[in-house]
Amino acid sequence: MGRNVKVNVEYLTRVEGHGNIVVNVKEGKLEECRLDIVEAPRFFEGMLRGRSIFEAQHITSRICGICSCGHTLASIQAAESAIGFTPSEQTRKLRKFLLHLETLDSHILHIYLLVAPDLLGVKSFVPLINTHNEVVRRALRMKKTCNDMCDILVGRHVHPISCIVGGFTKLPRPKDLDDMLALLRKFEEDMKPTVDLAATLKFPEFQRETEYVGLVNDTEEYPFLEGDVGSTDGMRVKKEEYRKVTNEFVVPHSSAKHAKWNRSSYMVGALARVNLNYKKLLPRAKALADALGIKPVTTNSYLNTAAQLVECVHCVEDGIRILEEFKTDGVNHGELVTVGLNERGTIPVKAGRGVGAVEVPRGILFHDYEVDATGKIVNANCIIPTSQNCNNIEHDMRKLVPEILDRSDEEITHRLEMLVRAYDPCISCSAHFLNVKFVNR
Amino acid sequence: MGKVRVAFFDFACCEGCQLQVANMGESLLDVLGAIDVVEFREVMSEKSNDYDVAVIEGSITTPHAVERIKEIRKTAKILIAYGSCATIGGVNGMKNNFDLSDIRNYVYQDKARFFETIPTRAVHQVVPVDYFVHGCPVYLPEFVKVLKCALAGIPYRVPDSAVCTECKLNENECMYDKGITCLGPVTRAGCNSWCVNNGNICYGCRGMVTNPAENGAKDILEKYQIPLEWVENKMNMYNKAREQDTERNPDGKKC
Repeated sequence: MGRNVKVNVEYLTRVEGHGNIVVNVKEGKLEECRLDIVEAPRFFEGMLRGRSIFEAQHITSRICGICSCGHTLASIQAAESAIGFTPSEQTRKLRKFLLHLETLDSHILHIYLLVAPDLLGVKSFVPLINTHNEVVRRALRMKKTCNDMCDILVGRHVHPISCIVGGFTKLPRPKDLDDMLALLRKFEEDMKPTVDLAATLKFPEFQRETEYVGLVNDTEEYPFLEGDVGSTDGMRVKKEEYRKVTNEFVVPHSSAKHAKWNRSSYMVGALARVNLNYKKLLPRAKALADALGIKPVTTNSYLNTAAQLVECVHCVEDGIRILEEFKTDGVNHGELVTVGLNERGTIPVKAGRGVGAVEVPRGILFHDYEVDATGKIVNANCIIPTSQNCNNIEHDMRKLVPEILDRSDEEITHRLEMLVRAYDPCISCSAHFLNVKFVNR
Repeated sequence: MGKVRVAFFDFACCEGCQLQVANMGESLLDVLGAIDVVEFREVMSEKSNDYDVAVIEGSITTPHAVERIKEIRKTAKILIAYGSCATIGGVNGMKNNFDLSDIRNYVYQDKARFFETIPTRAVHQVVPVDYFVHGCPVYLPEFVKVLKCALAGIPYRVPDSAVCTECKLNENECMYDKGITCLGPVTRAGCNSWCVNNGNICYGCRGMVTNPAENGAKDILEKYQIPLEWVENKMNMYNKAREQDTERNPDGKKC
């Protein structure tokens, strides 16, 4: 009987876009602590079946408006690998630059509009318009700068237009490079007060050892776009074997699939990346990491936001380098592609399976497609970072709650919300107040 | 009288159209000076049940969503369908190409029962809509135009000519001349041929014009020897949910 009631409660709370934290403490002992994040199901993997592999990018970028460039890049990587197409050096470099823009855009939105209000003690950025007008203006300006660069590079940031399987349908002209460089330099100016502001924010104390998972490689480059899947426990597998990493499993209390590799849970995202690839950060980013107290292996999940700031510094520096190289070497416009649905067969297609593994702002994202000889999608699978992190968030909460049980309900609630927000889960869930239910308190 | 109270609500979607608003940059502060945003879940914790204008993002895909949109309609004096998912069903409509239990089982296997779903519907297929802002994502200049009309209480007429009309003015080379199929000839203008300007094809995200030049389109397909089903298949990426239109609530009109 009890079991039935539980399922009902779970079902009723499963309202679109709401994150639910359930805490059950009985006589001072934590009995249950869980997190559900649920959006209206949209069935993307199912809808892809039967469609052309040349449409996969367009469709899957619509999974998330905030990560649409990340989904684009993971989708293209999986698609190209499935049909056996190798992108040019120039294309790979432009894609890396596009991913930097997305990382900057998303991290800035998270740091300023989501985390800063918490740390400044207000409900959203709106009250800050009066109390911290310059800060709000800077945040919106930085966000728009990323957007303006994306407009130039791929037509727009939300659902990029010109980045497709095979390459780019539009390539930057010399003036475009100048404009993007000027914008990125303007952004760099705004990074200074951003870093100063971050130094004044106080992140809560918390420690829990866990496994950190992300891309690793054998080059000097801090990997965002390409690499194997590695962990701070020293494991490493090819991206095609991602299922060995994610090991999705069903837990009785939640409909969200959970992930674990070598421990009971793992974490993905900026902190995981810095923990894995700290040595490959560019000098200024590394210096900031040191100043913020982030060294491998940092086990305070709240510092994920600080790690995002470190990555911003890294991406700006690397982005400027990429643009300057293009200015020196020039862009080869002979590589421009017109593909459509490949009606003209410009890109040879064969049957096969391909996996894309890309570090998007919230962590490693997997796309996996199987196509037939005509380029029709037979099977598709996408594993997003937030679902990989869910299990780790719950483990964090189980350690955190007993440590702060002497505090008021409001304080516990706020600390838990901040913890969940630090992971930067799909923004819609993190922006508004989570429902925290105390059972038997 | 105070400022007009505007609330943003999202249903099944990627929330990229809400993000377009956040992407306005500092001019967002000017907009916030003209209206009072009382709910905007993507970037605000505040909630409200008291608003004049409801901006709806996303498609209606669950029984709960049907009830929720009806409640919002009761409160809102003006309801704006915002973005393709809301105005025409958008990419969510592709689900309607499949048997619903099949697609549920494919994605969620043994847990499919947790994920209740109904055929994707656009907002006007459930409740009356006062303004439409098409596009995936919305084209910001058009949204600002619609918002101004809504605040002034005058109607906004969605352009009902083909994307080609704008594309020609932008002097783009026709995709058909490059041997590629494009939905520009049958898709509503208003986006300034955004995708074709950037070297890609039109995917039909703004929905079909009400009176497409069918014979002209047939001529084009014949001239370039393109099978009709290729184009139909493409139409079904954004426009599948148009099948849910009934005479009582034809696309683009108040029902």
